[in-house]
Amino acid sequence: MAQSQALTRLAVRTKIQGIRWHRYEGYLFVAPLIIGIVAFIFLPIAASLYMSFHTWDMVSPPELVGIKNYARLVSRDRLFWKVLGNTFKYAGWIIVPSVTFPLILAALLDRPIRMRYLYRLAFFLPLVTSVVAVGLMFRWLYDGEFGLINYSLSWVGIDGPNWLSDPFWAMPAVAMVTVWQGLGYNMVLYLAGLQGIPDHLHEAATIDGAGPFSRFFRITIPLLTPTMFFILVMSVIGTFQTFGLIYVMTQGGPINSTNVYIYYLWQMAFGSSKMGYASAMAWILALVIFTITMIQVRLARLWVHY
Amino acid sequence: MRAARVERVASSRQQQLIANTVTHILLIVLGLAALAPFWWMISTSFKTEFEAFQIPPTWLPLEPTLEAYGDLFLNQPFGIFLYNSVKIAILGVGGQLITSSLAAFAFARLDFPGKNVLFIIVLSTMMVPYAVTVIPLYIVMHRVGWVNTHLPLIVPAMLSSAYGTFLLRQFMFSLPIELEDAARIDGCSSFGIYRRIALPLMKPALATLGVFSFMASWNNFFGPFIFLDRKHLFTVQLGVALVQRQWYTSWPRLMAGSVVVTLPVLLVFLLLQRYFVRGISLTGIKG
Repeated sequence: MAQSQALTRLAVRTKIQGIRWHRYEGYLFVAPLIIGIVAFIFLPIAASLYMSFHTWDMVSPPELVGIKNYARLVSRDRLFWKVLGNTFKYAGWIIVPSVTFPLILAALLDRPIRMRYLYRLAFFLPLVTSVVAVGLMFRWLYDGEFGLINYSLSWVGIDGPNWLSDPFWAMPAVAMVTVWQGLGYNMVLYLAGLQGIPDHLHEAATIDGAGPFSRFFRITIPLLTPTMFFILVMSVIGTFQTFGLIYVMTQGGPINSTNVYIYYLWQMAFGSSKMGYASAMAWILALVIFTITMIQVRLARLWVHY
Repeated sequence: MRAARVERVASSRQQQLIANTVTHILLIVLGLAALAPFWWMISTSFKTEFEAFQIPPTWLPLEPTLEAYGDLFLNQPFGIFLYNSVKIAILGVGGQLITSSLAAFAFARLDFPGKNVLFIIVLSTMMVPYAVTVIPLYIVMHRVGWVNTHLPLIVPAMLSSAYGTFLLRQFMFSLPIELEDAARIDGCSSFGIYRRIALPLMKPALATLGVFSFMASWNNFFGPFIFLDRKHLFTVQLGVALVQRQWYTSWPRLMAGSVVVTLPVLLVFLLLQRYFVRGISLTGIKG
């Protein structure tokens, strides 16, 4: 049986290779994709690099300025550094809750309990909702005078701040929205990770007398570290790409306290028509993301168990 | 001895019961935290302007009204916005399913020179931040007169989905190759195999990819925001942002807009949920 299958496959292979044309047939199948990727990704990348060495307002012709755009960004643009700092702050606020809350959810849902399906659904809703809707919902909830959050806080005697117009609170407030929205996604990643943990490890530990907590911290968590690492990297990269939420909730304010990287890039490119300058920003962004990812990969060796 | 065992079973059952109760309580609390904002959105959208600002707030609208919705569809062209969003999503997703499945089939099943290098190049594009490509893309679209048309939102989506190709290729590897070999021996061409065997078998993965790309397209804000500034071309997302610019704190209107923008994607999600979950765990990547 197995032999005849092997023979068949051999026959097929010879037949394919027998006709020369078949060797190149694959190109036809991948052609639409490759054309698209070249036209809409590779050429723009090249153009972006070219533009980052020019100044261009889209009206007069581009002017070659060498590395001036980069030099100005790094040495003279105070707002650039503030925005970069804000983006790190943003990441700082979301990292811990985005790694821990979904883990708790997944641990709770990884057991055969009733209505599992309904609970899972509840945590997915934020994920499928657009940033515009989510941003508006939370603008309303965070409203200083009439918002539900401050109303609830007043019940326990706390006089909540005017979240989104307070230069300190605006950033954490926006970050919590991101955490809320990512709950379901990260939860599914954890659930997939949990399913990959063989039952016999838990059984063996139980026989050796380990309680549920020590099993969770000594078996589950170490084996989930690859998932945690993935979530960490993706969350940090995500903060460098956030635009819509900021646009809807704060427009980068108050006094630029929530102005994050892409938002500032957009202001430069489409607000001030500094296309070259914004392209240089885009390349610095690519470099920053690459560096952060590399640092995380390095650090991962210390705590991720594969 | 027997009694002791019965007791132990009983106590472990009791423990189980306690554990389950605690789990449910925790899940209900967290679930409500996840859902409360939606409740507030829906409730506010049916309130009058006056009631929305009432303190203490009312959980259910005392005098439910469709005023806000009426305003969106009568005074704003929300019907057109919805149509634009649907059109962009369907054309983009449809095209993407075709190009990605063709490429995935070739990468998984055909041999051609440079195949692996090509695949790695395709994959590497997933790591390029959108910010790097969007500015030149805008300039090119501007040059060819595509700004303020739906083309920059449809054509790149149709043709350049590395994510879709990756997902479908992974899935193709899980399919048996014997059927295809048999068809090949019977003289079926590669395209015939793709069309008659691979494509029908890929249906679940195509559904997964379809759900993801539909949602990504529907919820896309940055793209339409950059490429469109004529009102009659707006997608619903831009429409809602427009309402916010005009009525910054008219909460019933803004919440009604949020409901309108969320409802279609919610329906798609509820109908095709299982494909959605599989997509995340299959690739670990969101569209």
